[in-house]
Amino acid sequence: MKDFRYLDETAILRLSEEKCIGCGNCRLVCPHRIFQVRHGKAEITDPNACMECGACATNCPTGAIFVNPDDGCGCAAYIINSWIARVFGKAPSGCGC
Amino acid sequence: MLPKFLQTGKADETMRTVTFSLKERAVLIPLEVCMLWKKLLIALIVFFLVSGISPQIFSFAAGLARSATLLLATLTAILAGTVLTPLLLPWIPFRQFWLKGALAGGLAALLFLFTADVKLHGLALHGLEQLALWLWITACSAFLAMNFTGCTPFTSLSGVEKELRRGLPWQIAAATLALILWVAGPFM
Repeated sequence: MKDFRYLDETAILRLSEEKCIGCGNCRLVCPHRIFQVRHGKAEITDPNACMECGACATNCPTGAIFVNPDDGCGCAAYIINSWIARVFGKAPSGCGC
Repeated sequence: MLPKFLQTGKADETMRTVTFSLKERAVLIPLEVCMLWKKLLIALIVFFLVSGISPQIFSFAAGLARSATLLLATLTAILAGTVLTPLLLPWIPFRQFWLKGALAGGLAALLFLFTADVKLHGLALHGLEQLALWLWITACSAFLAMNFTGCTPFTSLSGVEKELRRGLPWQIAAATLALILWVAGPFM
C-alpha cells in the first residue's frame, strides 16, 4: 500500500489518551499501520494514511477512538445521494455499490 | 489467513498488509461498468434531443447521427474513467481521483477527436463541436474516476467528500458548457 496515498489532513480520527489502556488492538487491526503503542499508550503515527474504515474504533475496548461514523462505501454517487437526502430531510438511499 | 489468526491470535506482516494490485483493481471494473447501463439509457434520450436541435427546429436525422457521435464520446469517457484510470491508478499523477480521471479523459478525448476526424469525416465536426466533445469526455471521465474511490482500500470518506466539493463544480461546468456548445454547433 506504499504506492497509494490519499489526501492529507482530511480523515476524521481522534484518540483519547485518557481513555486508552494501551491494549494494542488498534495497532493490530489497522490495515494501514497508523498506530504504535509506546509507554502503555497508543499513538497515531501516520494520520494521513487513515481510510476511516473504523476497525480501530470498533475494536477499542474503552471507546478511546473516534472515527468518522459515516459507514457508506465512499464512492462519489453515495456522497451526492447523501447530500440530496439531507436537502430533502430523508435517509440516504445508498448508491447501489 | 483468518483461521490461522484465530488459532494463534497473532497477525503476521502479510495479514496486516492491505494490497490493491493490478489484478485486484481489474476485477472491480466490470461492476463499475455494469452499474452505468441504466444511466446510459437515460443519457441516450437526452443525447438524441440535444443533438436534433437545428435551424429547422428539430432534425430527426441529425438527432440520430449526432447522438451516435455523442454516445461514442461517452463510451470513450467510460473507457478512460472506469477502465484506464483504475488500471493505471498508481502511475497517473495527482492524489485526487477526479484529476486523475480528467487527465486520462483529456488525453483519451484528443485520441477520440483525432480518430473521429479520420473515421467520421462525413460528419465534418467543426471547432465548437470538437471542443464540446473534448469537454464532455474529460468531465465524464473525471466524474467516473471519482466514483472509483468507493472501491479502493485507501480512500477515506472525508477525503472523497473534500475532492467532490472541489471537483464537482468543474465537472458540472465543463459538462454544461459541452452541451451548450454541442447544441450551438448546427447554428454556426
